[in-house]
Amino acid sequence: MSAVLEGHTTDHHHGPAKGLWRWVLTTNHKDIGTLYLWFSFAMFLFGGTLAFVIRAELFQPGLQIVEPNFFNQMTTMHGLVMVFGAVMPAFVGLANWLVPMMIGAPDMAMPRMNNWSFWILPFAFAMLSSTLLMDGGGPNFGWTFYAPLSTTYAPPSTVLFILSIHMMGISSIMGAINIIATVLNLRAPGMTLMKMPLFVWTWLITAFLLIAVMPVLAGVVTMMLMDISFGTSFFSAAGGGDPVLFQHVFWFFGHPEVYIMILPAFGVVSAIIPAFARKPLFGYTSMVYATASIAFLSFIVWAHHMFTVGMPITGELYFMYATMLIAVPTGVKVFNWITTMFKGSLTFETPMLFATAFVILFTIGGFSGLMLAIAPADFQYHDTYFVVAHFHYVLVPGAIFGIMAGIYYWLPKWTGHMYDETMGKVHFWLSFIGMNLAFFPMHFTGLAGMPRRIPDYALQFANFNMLSSVGAFLFGFTQLLFLFIVIKCIIGGKKASAKPWEGAEGLEWMLPSPAPYHTFTTPPEVK
Amino acid sequence: MAMDSSVKKTTLKLVLLTLAMFCFGFAMVPLYDVFCQVTGINGKTNSTPYQYQAEQVAIDDSRTITIQFVTNKNDGMGWEFYPKTTELKVHPGQFNSVIFFAHNPSKQAMVAQAIPSITPFDAADYLHKTECFCFSQQRLASGEEVDMPMRFVIDQALPKHIKKLTLSYTLFDVTP
Repeated sequence: MSAVLEGHTTDHHHGPAKGLWRWVLTTNHKDIGTLYLWFSFAMFLFGGTLAFVIRAELFQPGLQIVEPNFFNQMTTMHGLVMVFGAVMPAFVGLANWLVPMMIGAPDMAMPRMNNWSFWILPFAFAMLSSTLLMDGGGPNFGWTFYAPLSTTYAPPSTVLFILSIHMMGISSIMGAINIIATVLNLRAPGMTLMKMPLFVWTWLITAFLLIAVMPVLAGVVTMMLMDISFGTSFFSAAGGGDPVLFQHVFWFFGHPEVYIMILPAFGVVSAIIPAFARKPLFGYTSMVYATASIAFLSFIVWAHHMFTVGMPITGELYFMYATMLIAVPTGVKVFNWITTMFKGSLTFETPMLFATAFVILFTIGGFSGLMLAIAPADFQYHDTYFVVAHFHYVLVPGAIFGIMAGIYYWLPKWTGHMYDETMGKVHFWLSFIGMNLAFFPMHFTGLAGMPRRIPDYALQFANFNMLSSVGAFLFGFTQLLFLFIVIKCIIGGKKASAKPWEGAEGLEWMLPSPAPYHTFTTPPEVK
Repeated sequence: MAMDSSVKKTTLKLVLLTLAMFCFGFAMVPLYDVFCQVTGINGKTNSTPYQYQAEQVAIDDSRTITIQFVTNKNDGMGWEFYPKTTELKVHPGQFNSVIFFAHNPSKQAMVAQAIPSITPFDAADYLHKTECFCFSQQRLASGEEVDMPMRFVIDQALPKHIKKLTLSYTLFDVTP
């Protein structure tokens, strides 16, 4: 492997350029990965600030802080920013850093396009955020932007919202094409598909999901734009269209989208659990097939988001059973993670803490998902805080904990320093407590009938909401500690060895820490 | 670095897939309509006059179907709009007629479009309208009133379990 590391002799030997232009013009996968991760963190704090407004308003019943219309803008923007600005770019950042190193490639297949797919994003989000300051306000129709709320009754800034969604979509699609082209064409000799780390597998499948559904999202916002600006009636019943059609097209995108946000986290956790259990991953092949099955099933279950729309009974039954089927491959994954831990030599450093919490809490979110999948029961749960509790349990301790686990795990490889383990553990426990305190009570308020997206509530929900708000504030402020830990680790700390984790496996750990600017310019030999 | 030809090939395929999925998004619009028409699950009744044949005029006296008429006005629609008869008991095959009343109380001429929907949805294919104000847009001058006829026949093949139908019209303001 050492031959690989001496690539500093030939034509590609230049290091990073100096100054700010390095970041603007860079085509290096590690630089772009870093840009994605920092951008994602900035959006995470921005989306968190919006959530802060929501939780502050809901701290007590009654209207105290914001107008209802502004509250609606907060819930909408919180969802959009967290989904498209925080979670998705964070995973693309991890993929940029890790996929080439894991498969022994020198860089992504299309480095210039890679630069472009990143730099579209700040403009898209600058435009989206600017709508909050405009006359009539920003988008206030929920992140699912159901028509006609988002067409006939929408604020004038909606056309800018549509344009920013288009830009995010273009960015995601280019990123996905790049990842697939890299994985399919640039693997080192001997790195067969079934030898790839699961993170690469889950990202390959995620990239296919992105290519399949982001264009459909582009289609649905284009139809909205035509309804708003060009007098068509895709979603207007008066003109012969159908508002329910919007929901079908949106959720055809929306359901695979939720797997786009979780599959790469499955990959991260599948790398971390074996490393800290000091055992190989149990059931690698079944993991690959389970991921592919989840991806396939995600295309045929979309209408479980619309059980109350007035579907015929056969439709309700079909979507109910198909949705429940997803529990099978997901159960296979959870089983494999637990079996990997079983009788392992476990240690609980920060990445493992996050990964273990991921397995437990994501499963709780999965179970509440099964409850929601029961069509007759969903008539009670629909649009209540139970739904909010469900998807925050799969997104916060699911996607976000997965990302944080990955960052702690690979941070020594990226920076060359160990992070502060004690502070990492404090960050984990405060996040864990804050997050559960924020979201667990929502199960109860939801089952008792508290509707989502409403700035006021009945008195009997007051105690649980106050608890939720306290938990949310704790979780939010804890993330500033995370920022501090990461900066501290970049600046200095104990030197990290090439393989700081005893049980870690994969090509990336053959490289020195920090990973050199150019790696694997000569492909490694994989046996 | 010149792009590898295999990378180019993969990229081309993926770009085509992206374009295909974009088109698929739009293809869902007609597919949805066709799907709803074939299965009748949207409660959408015929939108053009029904052409009946002579043999279908035979009246099935053995069954009596109750049909109720409901009207709604979409948000911001200021017209008066209601059926002059709210319920009829009819036999399949029999021709019936109902009058709907509309009045434009506003200060300007307005154009309206009524959108029908039937419950239960599996009756949608068996309610045949030979004449309906919903087939076209209604234009009323300021203060104008109109009695709008709706003639229909219920098909003899109406499924046996259906004894009661509700036909609802929602009136939309489509003034340009």
